[in-house]
Amino acid sequence: MKYMLMMNTPTGGPYQIAQWPQQDIKAHIAFMMSFARQLGESGELVGAEGLAGPDQAKVVRAGKDGTPITDGVFPESKEFLAGYWIVDVDSPERAYQIAAQASAAPGPGGAPLNLPIEVRQVMSGPPADSF
Amino acid sequence: MAGAPPLDGRIQHLLRELSPQVLGAVVRRYRDFAASEDAVQEALIAAVTHWPGEGLPDNPRAWLIRVAGRRMTDHVRAETARRHREQIVVSLVPPEEQLAIAAVDGDERDDTLDLLFMCCHPTLSPSSAIALTLRSVGGLTTAEIARAFLVPEATMAQRISRAKQTIKASGVPFEVPTAEQRAARLGAVNHVLYLIFNEGYTASSGPELHRTDLSGEALRLARLLHRLIPDDGEVAGLLALMLLTDARRAARTGPAGELIPLDEQDRSRWDRDAIGEGVALLTATLPRGAVGPYQLQAAVAAVHDEAASAAETDWPQILALYGLLQRISDNPMVTLNHAIAVAMVEGPAAGLERLDALARDPRLAGHHRLDAVRAHLLERAGDRDGAIAFFQRAAERTASTAERNYLITRAARLRDAAG
Repeated sequence: MKYMLMMNTPTGGPYQIAQWPQQDIKAHIAFMMSFARQLGESGELVGAEGLAGPDQAKVVRAGKDGTPITDGVFPESKEFLAGYWIVDVDSPERAYQIAAQASAAPGPGGAPLNLPIEVRQVMSGPPADSF
Repeated sequence: MAGAPPLDGRIQHLLRELSPQVLGAVVRRYRDFAASEDAVQEALIAAVTHWPGEGLPDNPRAWLIRVAGRRMTDHVRAETARRHREQIVVSLVPPEEQLAIAAVDGDERDDTLDLLFMCCHPTLSPSSAIALTLRSVGGLTTAEIARAFLVPEATMAQRISRAKQTIKASGVPFEVPTAEQRAARLGAVNHVLYLIFNEGYTASSGPELHRTDLSGEALRLARLLHRLIPDDGEVAGLLALMLLTDARRAARTGPAGELIPLDEQDRSRWDRDAIGEGVALLTATLPRGAVGPYQLQAAVAAVHDEAASAAETDWPQILALYGLLQRISDNPMVTLNHAIAVAMVEGPAAGLERLDALARDPRLAGHHRLDAVRAHLLERAGDRDGAIAFFQRAAERTASTAERNYLITRAARLRDAAG
């Protein structure tokens, strides 16, 4: 079964990585890279992407004739999606375990950030016929 | 004995080199690109099956063309039969004569160049031209190309198939361009190879900074092109640019994959052989007359590569080269690099002045490179707070993970130094 693990970072919350001391930034990046490598090696990683900052994000709606109407993302947004992993695992418990690992990524002073990670199951194809 | 490499390895190498030549010859004869490609694939599979046991044929290229030709004959025969059934029209030309063109001639002409012209045809979008070139001329599998571009294999297969349809629909002829077309068509080929190299070198998305297989493939194709057209200055310039840029690859990232800027790289890790080859190419080409943008960019790369340390870089020469480049290309990135050279020669204040003018160019406004350059110049000018602010702004705007990590680390370093 596949799960999407979403890392939502609250604006003004603890994940203001750009404000940390150099050493802590480096430790955090090293953790994330080794985390991705481990998931790849265990054969559970389906895909993962980090998203560019919300600075230039747009919200789009179709106008009357279908032309895109774009709007800025508002700075008062409570949180935004920083990135996600899609993992293929044997049980939901395993997905939670992986999410907890990601959540414990080191922050300032090396202390775990305990970021909220939203875990959602990815819809699958129809079940096999049963008689 | 460590003599000749094992036969299997030699066959692999030979097949990659021959496959575009064989495909070119078959397409030239039969026109149908998609069917020709299938026929060549079958011939390659036949070679892999037969050659290791039976040994290499006397003329491997002719062998492959003959086998692919036979497959095409079958294909033409089946198509003809199908049309007969569908239209109940009997051609006045007997099938034997229709198939006579399939006979293998002794022509040793290399069709690779015409194949490149077709794959890089301006009717194709850059992403289609890139995929088709890697597939047909580079001989990479669809799965390999998909992996290099970090997209699913089905996506890449569809992209390639659409590119073939576009070629078919637009009736792009497989032929030698006329003398007037040639410069423009060659420019398109150079551009596609340059895009492949850059994609491999800077990896516009994803966590890895280098996708070596793509830059390696671009280098291989540029070498091939240079071998086919040794007297073209811009082809030589493009190959030199790739060699001189790729020479710094090992020094460009640290142990954790982090980006290391040019002035902080360990120059002992630069590839001296590649630098020597690139410089020799340029030296042979530059005096020959008309100098184009690839040769000028290669010349800039050569100035960097030949400096024993960052401090010994001949910035006045780089400034002069960017001045020339600016005159022949209206590209804001060139102007931005020119501004950096101005700063290195005349001081950061003069560079910052140029940036103010550049910020009004809508093509560059809001671009993270402009913010990053400003941050570097502010740092040089001693404006620490300004530099931190612009490093962070650039970090928020870049779409490269490695570059973002570099930029926030750079800002943090300045903050840490402030205490």
